[in-house]
Amino acid sequence: MKTIRNFEHRHFAHCETGVMSTLLKYSGLELSEPMVFGLSGAICFAYLPFLKMGNMPLVSYRMFPGHIVKKFPKRLGVEYFRKTYKDQDLAMAELDDFVEKGRLVGLQTSAYFTTYFPPEMRFQFNAHNIIIIGKEGDEYLVSDPVFDHIERIKAADLKKARFPRGLSAPKGLVHYPIKCPDAVDLKKFIKKSIKKTVHMMLYAPVPWIGIKGINHLSRHIGKLSRKQKPKYTRHFLGNIVRMQEEIGTGGGGFRFMYAAFLQEAQDTLGLPLLKEASDRMTAVGDQWRKFALECAKILKRKESRVDLPEIAQYLRRCGDSEKQIYRMLKTFK
Amino acid sequence: MKIKEVPQDDIQTFKGSGTKAIYAVDENGRYARTPSSGWEAEEVVLRDVVDDFAKLAEDAKIRVFKGETSPIEYYMNKYYMDLPALARGMGLARWRVKRHFNPNVFNKLNRKMLQEYADFFNTDIDTLKNIKEIA
Repeated sequence: MKTIRNFEHRHFAHCETGVMSTLLKYSGLELSEPMVFGLSGAICFAYLPFLKMGNMPLVSYRMFPGHIVKKFPKRLGVEYFRKTYKDQDLAMAELDDFVEKGRLVGLQTSAYFTTYFPPEMRFQFNAHNIIIIGKEGDEYLVSDPVFDHIERIKAADLKKARFPRGLSAPKGLVHYPIKCPDAVDLKKFIKKSIKKTVHMMLYAPVPWIGIKGINHLSRHIGKLSRKQKPKYTRHFLGNIVRMQEEIGTGGGGFRFMYAAFLQEAQDTLGLPLLKEASDRMTAVGDQWRKFALECAKILKRKESRVDLPEIAQYLRRCGDSEKQIYRMLKTFK
Repeated sequence: MKIKEVPQDDIQTFKGSGTKAIYAVDENGRYARTPSSGWEAEEVVLRDVVDDFAKLAEDAKIRVFKGETSPIEYYMNKYYMDLPALARGMGLARWRVKRHFNPNVFNKLNRKMLQEYADFFNTDIDTLKNIKEIA
């Protein structure tokens, strides 16, 4: 058996930020999960009615999967190794090499082929992130940030999970930090990232992103009943909540994570403005939860008549409260 | 969300996989990661989708026995996919996958294609071809 020495598995709310936080920690740069999330500017809202998944429009509460692994290390000035493969066997052989050398690596995998997932969660989702920490016989030991203990996966299954076809196919992506800078000017990065987030949420040039996206979706919900069958309406609402609830984000979970980031930012910068923003972001997270709960109630009752304008109102209020926070953060220099 | 408000609904869809981690505030207003056994709302929406697919799979199975469709359609629904998702996952054009729903076409598929389907559905060719009455 070969494993990374002194590896301590940490349980995170989200896979990509969790993997990044752990990998950086083992290269000597300690950043918490919310810090990674906030600094990479991963909070977002997108409602893309023209991109259908399972006949439902795409709704996302964060930047596209893969964004953090792709952009974040570069922004921080971390030297980063990323490699994709054409040859599956070569990919697996090199992974064994990494394990042998005791190097901690992150992989992008498909949830569908990740055998230790509960069966109901094994949807076609190609951008799950895990860390390989060792190999024992034919099984790899996996530190999956969204599970609370070390998981195991067979080599054959892992190979499939690394090379699924379809949207955002990982192509066996393996990644790890090569060299971290000795010190990171957190203050500078916090300011930069908040500015970027504010800009995206308030001034995206398209109507599907940011606050505009939330309002767009809210308007669409208001109109649903006139056009669609009750079943479609139910699925539509379910889809919005499911995207929000997808593993480890727990009801507006990304809003809570961003609030945690703002809190940490306040610890670093000591500005009262950030404290207020953090408190209000927490309140917005609760509003999102309330919205999710109302949608779930509709699904549960299976009633054909649904008070859609009310649901749309809940969503609009989420958008309005968030807008105020970003407006406030805009004044922060 | 306060730590004591973190849902602990022990949901079925995550059972046996431990807990999830969620960010919530403690009494002093500080954020901390807190374990959660799941939220009912989350289970309701997931259950809704999963049940829908289960119904479609059941329906497809009956039609397989009647010789109206191929097991591919059954497996597709069993693993929560629709036609575009299956086609993307298999790297085939939609019309080809749809054509494979035709039992006559399915029965003539070569071993290589069958093996690809079997690999994709995590099974072997025999199970793929002969789905049982009670599975």
